[in-house]
Amino acid sequence: MAIEVVMPQMGQSVAEGTVLEWFKREGERVEKDEALLTINTDKIDVEIPSPGAGTLSRILVQAGETVPVGTALATIEGPEPDRPPAGTTPSAPTPESLRSREETSRWYSPAVLELAERQGLGPSELQEIRGTGQSGRVTKQDILNYLAERDAGTAPRVDDEVVPFTPMRRAIAEHMVRSKQTAPHATAIIEVDMTTIAEFREREKATSAERRGAPLTFLPFVIQAAVQALTKHPWLNAWVEHDRIVLKREINIGIAVALQDGLIVPVLKGAGNLSLAEIARQADDLARRAREKRLTPMEVQGGTFTVNNLGVSGILLATPILVQPQAGILGVGAVTRRPIVIGNETAIRSLAYLCLSFDHRVIDGAMAGQFLQEVKARLEGFDPTAQ
Amino acid sequence: MEEITYLEAIRQALWEEMDQDQRVFLLGEDIGVYGGAFKITKGFLEKFGEERVIDTPLAESGFVGAAIGAALVGMRPVVEMQFADFISCAFDQIVNMAAKHHYRLGEPVPMVIRAPYGGRLHAGPFHSQCPEAWFVHSPGLKVVAPSTPYDAKGLLKASIRDPNPVIYCEHKYLYRHAKGEVPPGEYVLPLGQADVKRQGSDITLITYGAMVQEGLEAADQMSEQGIEVELVDLRTLYPLDTETILASVKKTGKTLIVHEAPQVCGIGAEIAAVIAQEAFRHLDAPVMRLTAPHTPVPFSSPLEDFYLPNAAKIASKLKDLASY
Repeated sequence: MAIEVVMPQMGQSVAEGTVLEWFKREGERVEKDEALLTINTDKIDVEIPSPGAGTLSRILVQAGETVPVGTALATIEGPEPDRPPAGTTPSAPTPESLRSREETSRWYSPAVLELAERQGLGPSELQEIRGTGQSGRVTKQDILNYLAERDAGTAPRVDDEVVPFTPMRRAIAEHMVRSKQTAPHATAIIEVDMTTIAEFREREKATSAERRGAPLTFLPFVIQAAVQALTKHPWLNAWVEHDRIVLKREINIGIAVALQDGLIVPVLKGAGNLSLAEIARQADDLARRAREKRLTPMEVQGGTFTVNNLGVSGILLATPILVQPQAGILGVGAVTRRPIVIGNETAIRSLAYLCLSFDHRVIDGAMAGQFLQEVKARLEGFDPTAQ
Repeated sequence: MEEITYLEAIRQALWEEMDQDQRVFLLGEDIGVYGGAFKITKGFLEKFGEERVIDTPLAESGFVGAAIGAALVGMRPVVEMQFADFISCAFDQIVNMAAKHHYRLGEPVPMVIRAPYGGRLHAGPFHSQCPEAWFVHSPGLKVVAPSTPYDAKGLLKASIRDPNPVIYCEHKYLYRHAKGEVPPGEYVLPLGQADVKRQGSDITLITYGAMVQEGLEAADQMSEQGIEVELVDLRTLYPLDTETILASVKKTGKTLIVHEAPQVCGIGAEIAAVIAQEAFRHLDAPVMRLTAPHTPVPFSSPLEDFYLPNAAKIASKLKDLASY
């Protein structure tokens, strides 16, 4: 009996996954529930256990390939050896699978050599072409692609470093392109006086990690203010779907977290009911586990609005790209001490820019302004004694 | 245009040829009173009479011999094998008499043997075989294997009009499963001409008979993944249309040959050899075959499903080739 290993459904919105690594090779024995491979869906890495015991007879999807949910990834032959039924003639040896053949990466098919000769590609130039076939084989298509790039002057030179997209980079790239193509982005920016919060934070910093279980950054204050503003302006806590907008009852705040090789947006669920301390603790926990790549697929789904901390990178202003299908994303610039005119005096205050990118199909400038004014009022009116 | 079954297309071709050419007549087991095991010749006895629709004894060698004799004196017999599996009983008459007569004496032998072949009807090892390669291997015979009603009708008429023996392989599964448009009135398709049933630039899929529809389904699946498959329907197995095959292979550089008959010395072996010889410098992957295994056709339906190629198995092979 053969068991099929399929690409699992890791969340309702996830349609495909990428095989990252096989822990077993074809022909190797595997036990039930033993780790068989890792996959990546929506930027999350998940270890897939073997659905049964037997021999991994065939790997159908190689590491690096992306396939739809439900696609067969491999077959595992059960523990019974396959014996032909009595009375049948022995079957001819099945031709070896194409994949199981060990090829050196610099083996050229007749078609490749023919094309190279016709196009005047010498051995040294051929040597530089990156192969995308089995075991890095240079395919006919690779040559055609190379020639097109070369003729357009975009083929990488030998001394250039070519870094293929990682699954995460591809996911980010695809999402960014899709978002920009889907939603007409507009960004509105407001200046906020964070002095009261900065002073409170300065006082609390030393004891905060101990008392609250997390270091106190500016981010939780902004998240809390944004949550309060979203309650008043539900159109920004929404999903835009084709020709309708779904105003979400729950407020789930996506928090963009920078990683070494990309970025990920874990989601703080049910943020509407959380205290400042709880927001700080959960946001810190999500960010830490994001950096350790220990998030579950559910934790990166279901966001209704996103907050992006630009300040950690020292950025004052930016125009964030929406996380589809959300209607808004708030970039929080660095808090810096700057001179500002208050009344007729010049004062030195801790200031930050809040940058709201919004989907202009459904949100207009006036509404964005009202929302930002609300966030600003909440932050500037922060009452340290209430904490 | 009217949609008819593959069976009806064969019936129409026989009917029209008999109607317009007095030399055409039928021989076979149970083809008259009973109308044939698959009812292809139902109503023929009433229309054309018992001199032109002849029920024979269960003696394939005898009635094929009779057909050869009739052909030699100017008639155009069409023999029905009740099942292609029984054709081996007449093997000597076919490969030694019918096939070699023109070579030896220069006289034409205008006859057709209709061979209902192929599996998927769960009919076991004696009623499911694909014997076409035996006859492709015998000089002096032409072998035809259409996949659609349109091809079936046009090619049967061409076979009946051909001056020398034609083994016409009609797939039993297609009789009632294949439907398609057939133009009203007279048309004849040339023997020896393959048909590109689907254009594509990435992989050439060469097949015939009941595997054409499976191949088209697999090609559609591949297309969703951005792989464009070109499907060459051979239609005639001998003479082989190497021109169409090579043109396609030279374009794609990758080939999968699919047939329902076992692999060893099957049609696929010949095609693979031709490609290796004539298109070597255009190959970007090994020529692959997907066929039945080298065993008789199993009786049990799950085993037969395992035994026969199908769209899913074809798609899996195509995927291997695409990523090679």
